[in-house]
Amino acid sequence: MYDGGKIIAGLIIFLALVTFPFYNNIGKANAKPEPKTDTPEILKWEQEYGRKECIESKEFMRPNHMQMLNGWRDSVVRNGDRIYVNSTGKSFNMSLQNTCMHCHSNKKDFCDKCHNYMAVVPYCWDCHIAPKEKKT
Amino acid sequence: MSINRRQFLKIAGISTVFGLGGASVFNAISRGSLEAAQVLTDPQALKAKRWGMVIDMSKFETEEDIKRVKDICHKIHNVPDFGDDKMHEIKWIWPETFEHAFPGEHDEYFPEELKEQPFMVLCNHCAQPACVRVCPTKATFKRADGIVMMDMHRCIGCRFCMAACPFGARSFNWKDPRPYIKEEDLTFPTRTKGVVEKCTFCYERLAIGKAPACVEESKGGIIYGDLEDPKSEIREILRTKYTIRRKPGLGTQPSIYYVIDGKEKIGGKENV
Repeated sequence: MYDGGKIIAGLIIFLALVTFPFYNNIGKANAKPEPKTDTPEILKWEQEYGRKECIESKEFMRPNHMQMLNGWRDSVVRNGDRIYVNSTGKSFNMSLQNTCMHCHSNKKDFCDKCHNYMAVVPYCWDCHIAPKEKKT
Repeated sequence: MSINRRQFLKIAGISTVFGLGGASVFNAISRGSLEAAQVLTDPQALKAKRWGMVIDMSKFETEEDIKRVKDICHKIHNVPDFGDDKMHEIKWIWPETFEHAFPGEHDEYFPEELKEQPFMVLCNHCAQPACVRVCPTKATFKRADGIVMMDMHRCIGCRFCMAACPFGARSFNWKDPRPYIKEEDLTFPTRTKGVVEKCTFCYERLAIGKAPACVEESKGGIIYGDLEDPKSEIREILRTKYTIRRKPGLGTQPSIYYVIDGKEKIGGKENV
């Protein structure tokens, strides 16, 4: 092999650089996203009913909110049915902008927290208007 | 081990039965709370078999009258204002000259003053909408109540509907409309670059029991109602007054009518 020493040295440097992000992060866990649910509306709700409560349980909303919103969109836009009756019988107006974001008025500290962590970019906000927040 | 044909068919049959049964049982169990939740129509929602409007031209004599109605519509629906930039203009309601709104041959004694008058035009919510026929994604569709609706989530911006619509009622978002909206209405979404938009007969207001915004703002100049209900106010007007529609010869059956017979007041309770 001509220039074997140089090639092998080069390969070692290359591998070291490519794998740098992996061994640099070994054992370090990235901070878990912690969406905040301390908006004035939610606190008001908590005071009134003694607990924080979304339209469905937290355990349901976490993995299913996207399917739910998808269903809401079809129901409202295509069928014109806008009332959602949840598993406890309470009814809600199906509206991302007017219902969800009414309580979760902290998009940056709520939606974006997990979405950024998971690197998902839902295009809801291309059209739906996000609540006005102070720039942080 | 070898099996004969008879045994094979038996096993195949039994496993099919179990498989199908198993699938339905599995589906029934795994339905979960997403399916269990119910969806209802708002009990206040206004219903009709085919929504229509009658526009009383005696109430829309100047562009100012049209502008008032147009402004409120564009405001609550976050329609961007591009000023004089006709290339990018987005319009749900707009004034049109008589010869543009009603092209073709007219009676030579047709009242001159009507020909001079600006006509308020909007989506006709046709009974046989050409736009719906050409839309490849069903982003524009006809609702059961006759409204020709837009589902912005589905629109791919191909603009077939704009080519098909004989009334020019559709506008394309060439640019992101957001910077051109003076004051956003936070209860209604905007649109994004690359979708087509138009009047939606205020479906979001009908759903909560309110009249379309233009009707409310017109002070009796626009009467809306169910065209398929013979007892409705709108049908009474169509029976007793002379009305015209835009390009009826094309067979799209517009649901927007124009009353052009004189200065006499039409309509009932909504007149002020």
